[in-house]
Amino acid sequence: MTSSGPPKGLGPLAKREMRFAYLLLLPTFAIVLSVVLFPLIANLWISFKPVTLGDLRAPSMLVNERLMGDIVAEGDKATLRYRVRNSSRKGDIADVTMTDTLPASLNVLSFDERCTIDGTALTCVLGDYEARKREDILIEVAATEAFISTPENVKSSKPVFEFVPENVLTNNDFTLDNFRQLFKASDFWPVLWASLYYTIAGTVGALIVGLFAAQLMNLAFRGRSFLRGLFLSPYVAPVIAVALAWVLLLDPGPGGTLNALLMQLGVVEGPINFLGRRDIEISLMGLSFKFPVALTVVIIFEIWRYFPLAMLFILARMQSVSTDIYEAAEIDGATPLQQFRFISLPQLAGIMAVLFLLRFIWTFNKFDDIFLLTGGAAGTRTLTVNVYEQAFAVSNLGAGAAVAVVVFIILLMFSVIFFKFSPEDDA
Amino acid sequence: MRLGNVFYLSLLFGACWGAIVTLLGTLLALFISGEPFQPKVSAGALAGFVSAGVLTFVPPVKRQIGWVALSALIFLVVLTIATGVQPLGQPLTHFAIGQLIFSVMISFFSVHAVHLTVRGFGPDREKRYNLEVIGLRFLKGFGLVAFTIAVALPFFIMVMMSLKNQQLLLSNPLDFSLDIGQGAAALFRSYVELFTEYHFGSYLLNSAFVSVATVAITLFFAVPGAYAVARLKFPGQAFLSRSILLIYMVPMIVLVIPLYAIFSQLGMRNTLWGLLLVYPATTIPVALYMLQGYFRGIPAELEEAGLMDGLNRLSVIIKITLPLALPALASVALYVFMIAWNEFLFAFMFLDNVDIYTLSRGIAELNNAEVPRQHLMAGAVIATVPVLALFLWFERFLVAGLTAGSVKG
Repeated sequence: MTSSGPPKGLGPLAKREMRFAYLLLLPTFAIVLSVVLFPLIANLWISFKPVTLGDLRAPSMLVNERLMGDIVAEGDKATLRYRVRNSSRKGDIADVTMTDTLPASLNVLSFDERCTIDGTALTCVLGDYEARKREDILIEVAATEAFISTPENVKSSKPVFEFVPENVLTNNDFTLDNFRQLFKASDFWPVLWASLYYTIAGTVGALIVGLFAAQLMNLAFRGRSFLRGLFLSPYVAPVIAVALAWVLLLDPGPGGTLNALLMQLGVVEGPINFLGRRDIEISLMGLSFKFPVALTVVIIFEIWRYFPLAMLFILARMQSVSTDIYEAAEIDGATPLQQFRFISLPQLAGIMAVLFLLRFIWTFNKFDDIFLLTGGAAGTRTLTVNVYEQAFAVSNLGAGAAVAVVVFIILLMFSVIFFKFSPEDDA
Repeated sequence: MRLGNVFYLSLLFGACWGAIVTLLGTLLALFISGEPFQPKVSAGALAGFVSAGVLTFVPPVKRQIGWVALSALIFLVVLTIATGVQPLGQPLTHFAIGQLIFSVMISFFSVHAVHLTVRGFGPDREKRYNLEVIGLRFLKGFGLVAFTIAVALPFFIMVMMSLKNQQLLLSNPLDFSLDIGQGAAALFRSYVELFTEYHFGSYLLNSAFVSVATVAITLFFAVPGAYAVARLKFPGQAFLSRSILLIYMVPMIVLVIPLYAIFSQLGMRNTLWGLLLVYPATTIPVALYMLQGYFRGIPAELEEAGLMDGLNRLSVIIKITLPLALPALASVALYVFMIAWNEFLFAFMFLDNVDIYTLSRGIAELNNAEVPRQHLMAGAVIATVPVLALFLWFERFLVAGLTAGSVKG
């Protein structure tokens, strides 16, 4: 019986198209999977492990070989000692086998039961060495006449090891200490607040400044394309170049341009340490509060560097708005500010929302800018800087990974909130 | 003629422009000469106030060149008297000619700014519309000046510091005068030293190699992927085209610990190949996203015609789609180049060996107390110039591609 209705599933042509599409996407999947998604999971894994930077060096076997006892005449007895140890204080080593060549001029009398001797070849199957374990392997020998006439140094042949070192990243050693430490640390909440303040102020500031710059760039005047290029350059130039230029510009010592300028103008009496001063007491109408100096300067840098991006997108949107609307408003007697408020702004709301969303996440993720300006000092340590601080300055990879997990979870929460409430499309 | 709100507004803006132009003009004189000039801001505001009153006292048609010149002269006179014959805050005896030139320039620009601000409007009353026009003109003029200075100042400092030596800079940090007489070799000494003693030649080559290779790998991966997402039907297509950008949201700092640990153990950390694995992985998603937006805009009929004529999919992509998408490819390439060239975090974490330093890593190495500042800033200039030049050259491409890909995608 033949069924009626359209065929179900994919036809052969559609299947071929599907296979081709997957083939085209395969390389992308492979690289993104291995360099982005896999490390994300690996980071979660590391955050539960007690790993420090030094542990990344794999443990290995060390040996000190020595012939003990005085040999003067033929037949004198001596002990050949191999002092074997695991170099690591944390990693275990499994299946250790040591091989060495004994001097032919020594007669072996007795030897450790784990060893076998074949001619001059010594092979010892030593088993597992846990961290820090050390032991001596002893071989009793007697000297032959040949040894007396030409003494051989036992160290001339180096013992060779075969072993399976434990990998600190893949072993079964887990701990919750990283997270416990992170949440107990006194600076966890300040760091979180600094992060949020930086993200919100940096995003909103860059958007507003970008909106203003876009209004300027929408005017027709000579030299506009030159100015547009200039305005985009903070975004295009390498972060390290502009960040270091700012550091020198704001330098509180002799040679700092801005401080010298402010003092020349009589605005301040002594130099201000813009990037090193945590906060300044300000009293306003009887209320006194602490104004974070370094953090604000870092935010101003962020705005300076990223307003061009907002400007570009807003400008593109503005230039796609048809002029008819403005002409109609003009005839109805709307003033320039009214036109901006009631025509331009609603038209730009979509792109501003999208930009806010993207910039918010990117600003939250930002690391290099703050790191290069202050290194996280003076109250500018955000979560991302804290990741670096824990993992590479304190050398505790596990703790750093734990902070990174927190970063990722907060980011995930933001994304969920944003994508739930973001306007369906239009931008 | 009665004086109305425009006249009073012009007095206000006259005072503002007078203060701003005096401040900027004096600072410019200070930077160029290195003499400790003091901006006389309030005297400038007064001069601007008075001269704006003279300028806008007559209706617009009468504000010809002669009238503007008269106002500028009045500005100059008021400025000179109000400052006690020290228009730039220094006795006229030194640098008399220079001070005179700058005072005249300040007068002219200040009056000209007022002239442009109230151009076409008389001293009498105007409606709200025209007042807003005047107000916005001031705001726009002020905005252009403020933005230009704020954006250009760090770059100006960067270039100037790279050309001066540290002792001069420390003794008078506001002196940006250049001694041209010392010859090009002495002027660009820190650049020469960077290339001869600090391996900047090899850093430059490494940066160029990494960036170009990243562009090539990214395009090689992203073009087929973008084509598949834009054109082919397969289960998960809609999901992919939406979620591909999510990868771009993953913070680099979260990836750096596991990649550092794994690459260390595999022996790939201290190599350029390690960077060439990481950079494309971060740029492919955004490149794919930008390209698929552009590919969708190419009429499918063109490709279908190619298919009808017996081309297979692959040759359709190569012979029809790619040539049509050339502008998008250029802009994506430029954008990816920019990302790779400017990348700091992974270069800083991964590279330990001086021979394979990229520019970002090399400059980070210069950032210590032992290296003089002019070397640091010269390094910054060396890193900035190529990417900025490339960008300004292809700016139109990049802007079109960036906005088309992500705004309309």
